[in-house]
Amino acid sequence: MTLRRSEAAAIFRDQAKQRILLTDGAFGTMIQSYRLEEADYRGSYDLSCDQKGNNDLLALTRPDVIDAITRQYLDAGSDIVSTNTFNANIISQEDYDAVRLVREINLAAARIARKAADDYAAKDGRPRFVAGAIGPTNKTLSLSPDVNDPGYRAVDFDTMRDVYQDQTAALLDGGCDFILIETIFDTLNAKAAIMAVLDEQAKRGVEVPMMISMTITDMSGRNLSGHSVEAFWHAVRHAHPLTIGLNCAFGADLLRPHVQVLSGLADALVMIYPNAGLPNDLGQYDEQPATTGGFIRDWAEQGLVNVVGGCCGSTPAHIAAMADAVAGKPARELHAHDHRTRLAGLDPMTMAA
Amino acid sequence: MTTASTAQFVNIGERTNVTGSAAFKKLIMGGDYAKAVEVARQQVENGAQIVDVNMDEGLLDAELAMTTFLKLIAAEPDIARVPVMIDSSKWSVIEAGLKCVSGKPIVNSISMKEGEEAFLAQARKCRAYGAAVVVMAFDEVGQADTRQRKVEICERAYKLLVGDGFPPEDIIFDPNIFAVATGIDEHRRYAIDFIEATAEIKKRCPHCHISGGVSNLSFSFRGNEPVRRAMHSVFLYHAIQAGMDMGIVNAGQLDVYDAIDPVLREACEDVIWDRRDDATERLIELAESYKGKDAAAEKAAEEWRGWDVAKRLEHALVKGIDAHVVDDTEEARQHFARPIEVIEGPLMDGMNVVGDLFGSGKMFLPQVVKSARVMKKAVAYLLPFIEAEKVQGERSKGRIVMATVKGDVHDIGKNIVGVVLQCNGYEVIDLGVMVPWTDILKAANENDADIIGLSGLITPSLDEMVTVATEMDRAKMALPLMIGGATTSKVHTALRIAPAYAGPVIHVLDASRAVGVASTLLSDTQRDDFVAKTAADYEAVRKAREGKGQNELATIEEARANAFVADFALKPDAPKQPGTHVFTDWPLEDLREIIDWTPFFRAWELAGNYPAILDDAVVGESARSLFADAQKMLDQIVAEKWLTAKGVAALWPARAEGDDVIVRADGGEVRLSFLRQQIRKREGRANMCLADFVAPADDWLGGFAVGIHGIEPHIARFKADHDDYRDILLKALADRLAEAFAERLHLHVRTTLWGYAEGEQLTNEALIKEQYRGIRPAPGYPACPDHSQKPILFDLLKAGDATGITLTESFAMLPTAAVSGFYFGHPEASYFGVARIGRDQLEDYAARRAIDLATAERWLRPNLD
Repeated sequence: MTLRRSEAAAIFRDQAKQRILLTDGAFGTMIQSYRLEEADYRGSYDLSCDQKGNNDLLALTRPDVIDAITRQYLDAGSDIVSTNTFNANIISQEDYDAVRLVREINLAAARIARKAADDYAAKDGRPRFVAGAIGPTNKTLSLSPDVNDPGYRAVDFDTMRDVYQDQTAALLDGGCDFILIETIFDTLNAKAAIMAVLDEQAKRGVEVPMMISMTITDMSGRNLSGHSVEAFWHAVRHAHPLTIGLNCAFGADLLRPHVQVLSGLADALVMIYPNAGLPNDLGQYDEQPATTGGFIRDWAEQGLVNVVGGCCGSTPAHIAAMADAVAGKPARELHAHDHRTRLAGLDPMTMAA
Repeated sequence: MTTASTAQFVNIGERTNVTGSAAFKKLIMGGDYAKAVEVARQQVENGAQIVDVNMDEGLLDAELAMTTFLKLIAAEPDIARVPVMIDSSKWSVIEAGLKCVSGKPIVNSISMKEGEEAFLAQARKCRAYGAAVVVMAFDEVGQADTRQRKVEICERAYKLLVGDGFPPEDIIFDPNIFAVATGIDEHRRYAIDFIEATAEIKKRCPHCHISGGVSNLSFSFRGNEPVRRAMHSVFLYHAIQAGMDMGIVNAGQLDVYDAIDPVLREACEDVIWDRRDDATERLIELAESYKGKDAAAEKAAEEWRGWDVAKRLEHALVKGIDAHVVDDTEEARQHFARPIEVIEGPLMDGMNVVGDLFGSGKMFLPQVVKSARVMKKAVAYLLPFIEAEKVQGERSKGRIVMATVKGDVHDIGKNIVGVVLQCNGYEVIDLGVMVPWTDILKAANENDADIIGLSGLITPSLDEMVTVATEMDRAKMALPLMIGGATTSKVHTALRIAPAYAGPVIHVLDASRAVGVASTLLSDTQRDDFVAKTAADYEAVRKAREGKGQNELATIEEARANAFVADFALKPDAPKQPGTHVFTDWPLEDLREIIDWTPFFRAWELAGNYPAILDDAVVGESARSLFADAQKMLDQIVAEKWLTAKGVAALWPARAEGDDVIVRADGGEVRLSFLRQQIRKREGRANMCLADFVAPADDWLGGFAVGIHGIEPHIARFKADHDDYRDILLKALADRLAEAFAERLHLHVRTTLWGYAEGEQLTNEALIKEQYRGIRPAPGYPACPDHSQKPILFDLLKAGDATGITLTESFAMLPTAAVSGFYFGHPEASYFGVARIGRDQLEDYAARRAIDLATAERWLRPNLD
């Protein structure tokens, strides 16, 4: 079985050789600024639950808001825009009784991002890319939600893979270039997502490039399922991802040592999009764009990254500050592939060559 | 401890296997998963690097058992930290397992039993789940038994898999270990076939690994554990040399090759190599005498054995005699209300005597290490009793977390410091080698450590220490940081490490000072003074450095204009035997003759030159005793072939081009870039660069790498035995043998391969004083300080294949007893130190090497300001 290679991936790699690329920032904080009411979210849909806070649904009910935010990021300098589909999967939408709208949401969100990206590319001739975002869902394959029954799991691998595959198919149908598996707190969830993308890829006969992004949940540098950054890389390396990286978690300063580890390790492009610092007492992110930009400049100067952007709390101003910080700085060079056997439990294990 | 393990032979735990362990099977059949999980935990605690899980039992729902068990161990971080091997002959069980494992596991196994299509389909699945695979040597016809079938099947499977895009490094072959000594003639060659096939498969299938279930081999000796253990050990000894690099082995039930009764060992050798027609009969006959035999021999009573127990313990500690320590400790335990009192009482009293003797210079490090061995054994014996008592609140003098930093594998010095500290009542948490900063900080926090001690031997470790200090600072830690190791210095500590960390940073010159520094740092009354004094001292060092302005450096142009001008009329003739020469097993007895002993004594902190040191008034007695132990171990190393000396030397046509030397090899050209001294020289002294010793045309350059392999099983045995003394002794001897090998090979190159000094006759002393023609500078040492040149040298030499030496991320060599370098044959070639260089040369060097500036800066940092 031969796959047709992804042209977008080839262009992306070529661009990444020349400079540090930018992805976008947060949707959540931006949407908050519109102060939308329940009726804005619900639109004309007949849904039993309160829809306020179902951000993903806005692709159908207030596409103008999503489109405007996307374009603000493109104005700020983003090369990649991601779809606002973090929770647009069957498991998460169950909480809003909106399961039947999952495919529609993903299609609509992908089209909004596609259109905006194409408009900007046509304007200045610089390629723009659309990443279809897949969140972790609120269920975990590695951990038991019941402390008294450590062998119990609320969901199984095949179910999770099907959920991810449905979302992947809709995002691709809507015109996404890549699938972004992000905010991975459970490595096994990510492996199910990878399986879903591989299955969808085989079905279509076209390469579906993956962007994989882990989230660290404690200062020692592990995610919720307990994997260190290095072990995580070993566990997902079979996906041959277009980018591997970290997002969310802490701000750029606390993330730096982990970025350094991953950057020294991975033979893939490295994409990092941290939060705008740590939340303050009120749960708000108040790291100023100039501060974030300073951290990112530091990374760029050390040759740690290929793609940067923002997660929770970040705004177009943060992205613009990053764009300024990385301008003219050379991109991180890719490591050559070696043939060491890399296994992993929660810790990495590398065999002698 | 959570260091990334880079192991030569990977031990796979076999106890969580219902087909191999009756006890585990009983637990699973009875549904007692809680106890079954404990079996997995014990295995990991006992050193299994991978846990094999097998639930293939007819009366069991294997899919359910597999997934239940895997989910349960996933919830146990001290088990889940290692990779899992999902072991089943049923694909459905394997796939069910793959859906529960979150890291990167190994599937055991798939094969071509049902044809190529099914095989490839399963392999693709494994890949999509992110797993490595064990491929059994099994095809449509059946299981491979002969050498030829094993090789054919594995090679065919390899080509299929790699052709399909499967990563070759994720293929592990199991070429089938079958029982020998069964009385059936066809089985006699089974061990030979496995060992030979292993070597051949490794050769034909690059990057693959070889595994096997070892216990099959001794199937016909069921019930006779001593004989089975001996057979497994002898077999593994040879199979590992042939390239077997993982195995399902009960690590706790292996003997070390050299420790096996020689009669039994010979009989096993006979069976495994099919050396005589009556080999099986002879082993069966011998086996009778091992049934139920107690290994412990009767011991002759000695005078001191009649003393009271506290006195006996003291004597054992001071003299370093471990033969009776467990019995004596038990006896002492009976006298006290609580086991901890044995440690606080007689054992610490004994160690205090040792400490006093050491402190007053009446006892030396080698003896102290022997004493520590006795102490460790006693404490190890008492520990279970203390744990059972679960008394909280006892605190040692202080708790010190020690580690050799990431990228570095050298630990002789760190172990010595650890032992000395333990002897003095400190609790040492030794994280081992190659420890990333995250683990060091974590261990320090979790254990509420009082001090962190870092060690390293190679220069890149200096940078890693700065990283650790930076991260400690970032984490707002305040505990003192002790820095030690051969390349560390007060100056580097003052200039680079201390400024990175707000807490106290202290460079410790050698082991004997570690206790003084530690006790001062932990003393309420002395600490502040000491810290302030050291800080002021380091500040003075920094000030002095600042004062030493930049102006003493010449520009690189000026330095080049003052290059050394060699007389190339004197350059050696072309080599008699150019090209690459591989030596797979240089005789150890030959190397032993030319060991340079002075550095050996220095490693043990005994000052003086060999042989004069043996008669030294102060350290003579200690040196003689150490030397005798070293000779005894060397006898064993040589007679029982513990170690293998592998080396490679090559001679290539070369020419100098500025500060580079261009080498012609394998039909291509390779550029070696060297550095030039930039310190301003007195009139008439050149600014040297190694390239100065090579002519601009028609000259030659050589390279070499040598390594001493095979210490791991012995070190493991010593460690298991709490025997730091022999552990350090063996490592130090291996280092000496590697240096001797480098010396010996250089001689061979001068007299035979290059042959420019055919008639050379030098005494050992003259060799040590380097009174020969030509030099062999090593990357990472003063004349060519860039460690990152090693991969280039290794590629030229194909040193990985030829010698089995590998490089860590910081370019430390593994095994650690290894030497590599370049050969310069010109008679005027001499050693020098590049020392400090300027930004101009750094930039020029980065351009010549085609590396970015940051990388160059990183590797050359010790030579920059």
